[in-house]
Amino acid sequence: MSEELKTIETLTKSEYKYGWTTDIEADSAPPGLSEDIVRFISAKKEEPEWLLEWRLKAYRRWLEMEEPDWQNVHYPRIDYQDIIYYSAPKVKDRPKSLDEVDPELLATYEKLGIPLKEQEMLAGVAVDAVFDSVSVATTFKEKLAEQGIIFCSFSEAVHDYPELVKKYLGSVVPHSDNFFAALNSAVFSDGSFVFVPKGVRCPMELSTYFRINSAQTGQFERTLIVAEEGAYVSYLEGCTAPMRDENQLHAAVVELVALDDAQIKYSTVQNWYPGDEHGKGGIYNFVTKRGKCAGVNSKISWTQVETGSAITWKYPSCILQGDNSVGEFYSVAVTNNFQQADTGTKMIHLGKNTKSTIISKGISAGKSQNTYRGLVKIGKNAENARNFSQCDSMLMGDKCGAHTFPYLEIKNETAQIEHEATTSKIGEDQIFYCNQRGISTEDAVNMIVNGFCKEVFRELPMEFAVEAQKLLGISLEGSVG
Amino acid sequence: MLEIKNLHASVEGKEILNGIDLTVNAGEVHAIMGPNGSGKSTLAQVLAGHEGFEVTDGSVTYEGKDMLELSAEDRACEGVFLAFQYPVEIPGVSNTYFLRAAVNAQRKYHGEEEYDAVDFLSLVKEKMKIVEMDEKFLNRAVNQGFSGGEKKRNEIFHMAVLNPKLSILDETDSGLDIDALRIVAGGVNKLRSKDNAIVLVTHYQRLLNYIEPDFVHVLYGGKIVKSGGKELALELEDQGYDNIREASDSAVAV
Ligand SMILES: Nc1ncnc2c1ncn2[C@@H]1O[C@H](COP(=O)(O)OP(=O)(O)OP(=O)(O)O)[C@@H](O)[C@H]1O
Ligand SMILES: [Mg+2]
Repeated sequence: MSEELKTIETLTKSEYKYGWTTDIEADSAPPGLSEDIVRFISAKKEEPEWLLEWRLKAYRRWLEMEEPDWQNVHYPRIDYQDIIYYSAPKVKDRPKSLDEVDPELLATYEKLGIPLKEQEMLAGVAVDAVFDSVSVATTFKEKLAEQGIIFCSFSEAVHDYPELVKKYLGSVVPHSDNFFAALNSAVFSDGSFVFVPKGVRCPMELSTYFRINSAQTGQFERTLIVAEEGAYVSYLEGCTAPMRDENQLHAAVVELVALDDAQIKYSTVQNWYPGDEHGKGGIYNFVTKRGKCAGVNSKISWTQVETGSAITWKYPSCILQGDNSVGEFYSVAVTNNFQQADTGTKMIHLGKNTKSTIISKGISAGKSQNTYRGLVKIGKNAENARNFSQCDSMLMGDKCGAHTFPYLEIKNETAQIEHEATTSKIGEDQIFYCNQRGISTEDAVNMIVNGFCKEVFRELPMEFAVEAQKLLGISLEGSVG
Repeated sequence: MLEIKNLHASVEGKEILNGIDLTVNAGEVHAIMGPNGSGKSTLAQVLAGHEGFEVTDGSVTYEGKDMLELSAEDRACEGVFLAFQYPVEIPGVSNTYFLRAAVNAQRKYHGEEEYDAVDFLSLVKEKMKIVEMDEKFLNRAVNQGFSGGEKKRNEIFHMAVLNPKLSILDETDSGLDIDALRIVAGGVNKLRSKDNAIVLVTHYQRLLNYIEPDFVHVLYGGKIVKSGGKELALELEDQGYDNIREASDSAVAV
C-alpha cells in the first residue's frame, strides 16, 4: 500500500473512532461522505465482508481522483459533503392520495396516457394500487425462476447469489474506472440484477417498471446483467414516467456481460426532471454504462432515448472482446431550454471480425447544448473490424447548439470505418407543408422529429417506442412558433 | 367562394404582390399564367397562409370569412389546398401516416370522428386509383427520394384524399412526362365538381388542353394585367409575354 493511501486510511479510521458513530437503527445517514458512511451503508444492507472491502477500496480510490471537466457541459461544483448517501424510503412522507401530488406532474402523466393506478404507483402514493404491481412482479418472478432466470434487486442478489455477484461485479466497470463510477462503487444503494443461464431465451422483456421496490431506488443505482452462453435477454430501464427527483446527482453504473453466442438488448428511456424553463433545478445524470461481449458471436445492443435531466453525461459502450461479436448503439438525445447533453458511445474492438453500429440523433431546442462524443477503437489484433457511424443533429431555433466529436483510434490496417454526419434545421418549409394539410405546428414538429428519430425508435420494444414518441413531444413542447 | 381585393404582399420589405383582384366562384377553373418571378407562387402561398409573406394591404374573403385572419392549418381545414411547386420532403414519416394525420386533423376541426389506420387504408386505396398511384408510395417517407414527377403526382393524390373546396395547383404539370400529365390531369378532372373550384398556375397551354379553364389571367409584376377566356392561353402560347410586358411597362411609365 502506498504511503498516501495509508495516511488516508489512518485519517479515516481515526474519524471513525472519534467522529460520528454508526447507528444501524437510523433511517438515514447525515450528509457527507466518509469511510464511516460507506460502512454504515454496507451494514444497513447487511452485506458480506468482501463487498464492504470492495466499497472501501473504491472509496479510497475516489478520494484520489479528480472530478472530470473535459466534457462539454457546465455546472457549478458539486459539494460531495453536502449529499445524503443513504436514506431508506420514508413511507410516512409519501402522499396519501393523488390529491397531494404536484398537479403539474399529474398533467404530464396524463399526457403520457398512464392509467390512474400506475400514476399512483409512480407518484409513490402509499395505497393498495401498489399491491397489484407487487403481485404482478411475483407472478413474473415465478415464471422466470422456472427457467433459471434470476431477476431481483441488487441487494437481494448480494444475499441470495453472492457467488455470481462476486464473480461479475466490477468485471466490466472496475471500481476505479472513473470518478463517478468509483463514487457509485463506494456508496451504491441498490439496483437490478439479472442472470440468464446457458441456452435460455428470456421469454419477456424485463423491466424495472414491474419491480416496485426500484421505484424508490436512489441516486446511486448499480445494475448487473449476465447472459450465459447462448442466452438472450431484453432489458428495459426505468419507468418512463418523469419522476420528480429532488436529488441533484444521479451517478449510476450498469455492467453487461455476454458470454459466447449470448445477446443482451438494453433499452433506456430517460426522463428525469430537466429543470424548469429558466434552467433551475434538474438532475445531473452522470452514468457509466458498459457491456462486454466476452464470448464469441455475442451481441450487445444499447438503445437510449434521453429527454430528461438538466445534464446528461453518459457513453454506453461495448467492449468487443469475443471474435465475431457485435456492438450497437442507437441514441436519441433531446435537449430543450437550458438542458445540456454530452453523450455517445465507445466501441472497443478487440476480437477478430467484430462489428459495431452507431446511430445517434441529437435534437436541440431552446438554449440547450447537445453534444455527440464517440470513440471507435480498433485494437491491433482486431482483424477485419467494421464500424458504421451515423450522427445526425437537428436544431430548432438559433439559440441552441449541436456538436459532434467522433474519435478514431485504429491500430489494425484491415479495419473498415464509415462515418456519416448531418446537421439540419427543422425546416419552416416542412412545418408550413404540414400546416397546409391541416396539421398544427405542434403536431408537425412532433411528426418531423419522430420521423428524424425513426431509425432509433424502431429498435425499441413496441410500448416503449410509443411512450418515447409521446415524451419527445412533451419535451419539445413550445419550442417552435 | 374566393374574393381577392387589392391584395398587396411583401417579403423582407420587398413588395411582390401589388394589387391583385380576383374572384373565383364554385364550379370554376381559373388558370394563372405569367413570366418567371411575376408572383404566381407568392400569391398561392399567401392564400395558403404562409407567414413568411406580409400582407400589407387589401382583403381576401373566402366562403364569407376574412381568410387573412385564419392560420394556415385552419385554412386547410376550411377546404383550402395548395399543391406545391416544390413539394417538401419529410424523412422518416410515411406518406400514409402523414395523410392520416392531415385528414384526422381536418375531421377533428369539423367535430367528426377520426379514422383508424384500417379504415383509412381503404379510403386511401380508393383514392390512389384516381391518379393511378403505385402502392409503394404509401409506405415511403413523404416525398423523400421521389422523382420530380412523382412528387407532383403525390400532391394530386393528397388533393384526392383531402377533398378540398378550393385547390390551388402551382405548376403541377411541370416535371410530369406525357403519360403522367394525362393521368394527373384526368385525376384533377375527376375531382372537379360544381361545388369546388380550382386555381391552376401553369406556364403551358398543354395542361389547359386537358383541364379546360373558364378563365385565364396573366400575372405580371405582382398584378393581374390581363384576363380572358381559354383562348387567351392560346394567344400567349403563340406570342409570348412581349405584348403584355410592353403594355404594362408603358402603363407604369405614364
Ligand atoms: N422569400 C423571398 N425572399 C426574397 N424574394 C422572394 C422571396 N420569395 C419570393 N421572392 C421573389 O418574389 C418574386 C416572385 O416569386 P414567385 O415565386 O412568386 O414567382 P413565380 O411567378 O411563381 O415564378 P416561377 O414561374 O418561376 O415559379 C421573385 O422575384 C422572387 O425572387
Ligand atoms: Mg412559382
